[in-house]
Amino acid sequence: MKILVCITHVPDTTSKIQFTDNNTKFDKNGVQFIIGPYDDYALARAVELKEQLNATLTVLNVGEAETEPTLRKALAIGADDAIRVNSFPKDSLFVAKQITAIAKENNYDLILMGRESIDFNGGMVHGMVGEMLGIPSISPVMKLEIEGTTVKMAREIEGGKEYLEASLPLIAGCQEPIAEWKIPNMRGIMSARTKPLNVVEPVDESTATEVMQFQLPPAKGAVKLVDKDNVEELVKLLKNDAKVL
Amino acid sequence: MSILVYIEHAEGAIKKTSLEAVSYGKALSDKIGGGDVIAVALGAIDSGELKKAGIAGASKIIHDANDKLTAGVIQAHADAVAQVYNQVGANTLVLAKSSLGDAVAARLAIKLNAGLVSNVVDLPETSDGYKVKRSIYTGKAFAETVINTDHKILAVKKNAVDLLTDGAEADVESVSLSIDEANFATSITSTDKATGEILLPEADIVVSGGRGMKGPENWGMLEDLAKELGAATGCSKPVSDIGWRPHHEHVGQTGVKVAPTLYVAVGISGAIQHLAGVNSSKYIVVINKDPEAPFFKAADYGIVGDAFEVIPKLTEALKAIK
Ligand SMILES: Cc1cc2nc3c(=O)[nH]c(=O)nc-3n(C[C@H](O)[C@H](O)[C@H](O)COP(=O)(O)OP(=O)(O)OC[C@H]3O[C@@H](n4cnc5c(N)ncnc54)[C@H](O)[C@@H]3O)c2cc1C
Ligand SMILES: Nc1ncnc2c1ncn2[C@@H]1O[C@H](COP(=O)(O)O)[C@@H](O)[C@H]1O
Repeated sequence: MKILVCITHVPDTTSKIQFTDNNTKFDKNGVQFIIGPYDDYALARAVELKEQLNATLTVLNVGEAETEPTLRKALAIGADDAIRVNSFPKDSLFVAKQITAIAKENNYDLILMGRESIDFNGGMVHGMVGEMLGIPSISPVMKLEIEGTTVKMAREIEGGKEYLEASLPLIAGCQEPIAEWKIPNMRGIMSARTKPLNVVEPVDESTATEVMQFQLPPAKGAVKLVDKDNVEELVKLLKNDAKVL
Repeated sequence: MSILVYIEHAEGAIKKTSLEAVSYGKALSDKIGGGDVIAVALGAIDSGELKKAGIAGASKIIHDANDKLTAGVIQAHADAVAQVYNQVGANTLVLAKSSLGDAVAARLAIKLNAGLVSNVVDLPETSDGYKVKRSIYTGKAFAETVINTDHKILAVKKNAVDLLTDGAEADVESVSLSIDEANFATSITSTDKATGEILLPEADIVVSGGRGMKGPENWGMLEDLAKELGAATGCSKPVSDIGWRPHHEHVGQTGVKVAPTLYVAVGISGAIQHLAGVNSSKYIVVINKDPEAPFFKAADYGIVGDAFEVIPKLTEALKAIK
């Protein structure tokens, strides 16, 4: 059994987002980078499955050299080896092509991703890879059990859950509560230093989209406070000023 | 050339976000001379309901009523939409951003060799390339994105355009597509879904509670307020982690992203990860006993006070204006 987890290297969820170079580049100044929170759930579940099924677990990132500490962290959490496709992730199609190429070469039984990246929030890469490989891609998955070659999953839908079954190989885009985030322990951190991290070059440079410029939303005005003993005033404001009632 | 809009439906009705996608298609066509706006719907739904897509701007609706095409059989939906797209000679596909929409759109991007942009918040600018504005970093920023391919897919975020209501009912053309059996390999064994409830991602008004609500037994108060407002209910992450509320109500960076006209936050501190899920709301009301709660900085209106006192009074005051 071979498992692949695709992880993003993204700004910590508390980061203040800013841009430089006339709003054409993300400003990394003072920003801490982490494993994407949804990818972290995928990784945590993959580590559990690895132990349960005696599987091998590879992590993959499409990114420049700066993402290696993030891959090392994934190794410390429990992956056996890591692959970095050496390129800035230009768009979802570009990333999906790189992942597909690696997957074709290595025949993974299960590919776990996050439901979406928290920088571009496309929720697209898993479906694109699924289509290119001709296998199912299911997202957002909140429960995933493997029995033989059957995968039993729960998927979150608007207002509830859907239970489904499919056979391996497949791709799942994960979210909580599929597993609890794992924090690397000392032994993990030590062993991560010597685990293989292979760097490969991208297979295909083409893209379908290109970001021209970034923008920040307009600043919010000051809050209008209403006295707690005069809630009627709030109702009036909502009705007459905001006109939302 | 025409614009195809993929519409989703649930419980016998077209989803409101899909009607917005139809209106987006119409506005796009008016703006760039994009030709006919044709909607496609899959699975069992009454054709009388589908006609309504005309009111939102479609000139025709294509419907395959095959009841195997339930929502969730993603590969089969992608196959069906690709066939219709090619049959009508479309060059643009529009759909609403949703978990089903995303999954179908991603597969179609490959099938149709189309450039895909998700979380679209406005109509494209086409004077100099095909430039689309999309929301990124969970609503913390926007990116002007150029699509370089002939075929284009736009996954539209809620409130990107106004819902049109002045069109006329449109004809529904029934089709029976032939879909490869292999596309039904994923089987849905059961669903577990609240019925009749206002869906959180679609809701125009949302009332959310945080840890300040103290326990699940106090949610009745928020439900009464929500009922009075015609709102869906949401919660903060710790609230769904502890199991006070179901997971699908969790709003924020790692949960549902909402874009209502009014978001009411009760007993929620306003951590940045929670704000990420609500920053597309038009108006935000915060009720919190701590005047220093960070949520007040993101709010339009606020009340500093104890939720247990304020909420019942607010519900009464809303009743009084009816
Ligand atoms: C990677 C990551 C992702 C995360 N994603 C999310 C997410 O998607 N969504 C999310 O919500 N959180 C998320 N969090 C958690 C987030 O950081 C906060 O911990 C969480 O939002 C706090 O929830 P809360 O406001 O309900 O609780 P608290 O922070 O405990 O706040 C409770 C609030 O209630 C007020 N209060 C108490 N009693 C009363 C009363 N009687 N009347 C009125 N007010 C009262 C208090 O003043 C306080 O402001 C994430 C965290 C991380 C690290
Ligand atoms: N640069 C990347 N490297 C590796 N995996 C990625 C990359 N970008 C996206 N992914 C994977 O695809 C998922 C969905 O991403 P997205 O379509 O960008 O929302 C993420 O949660 C990751 O698992």
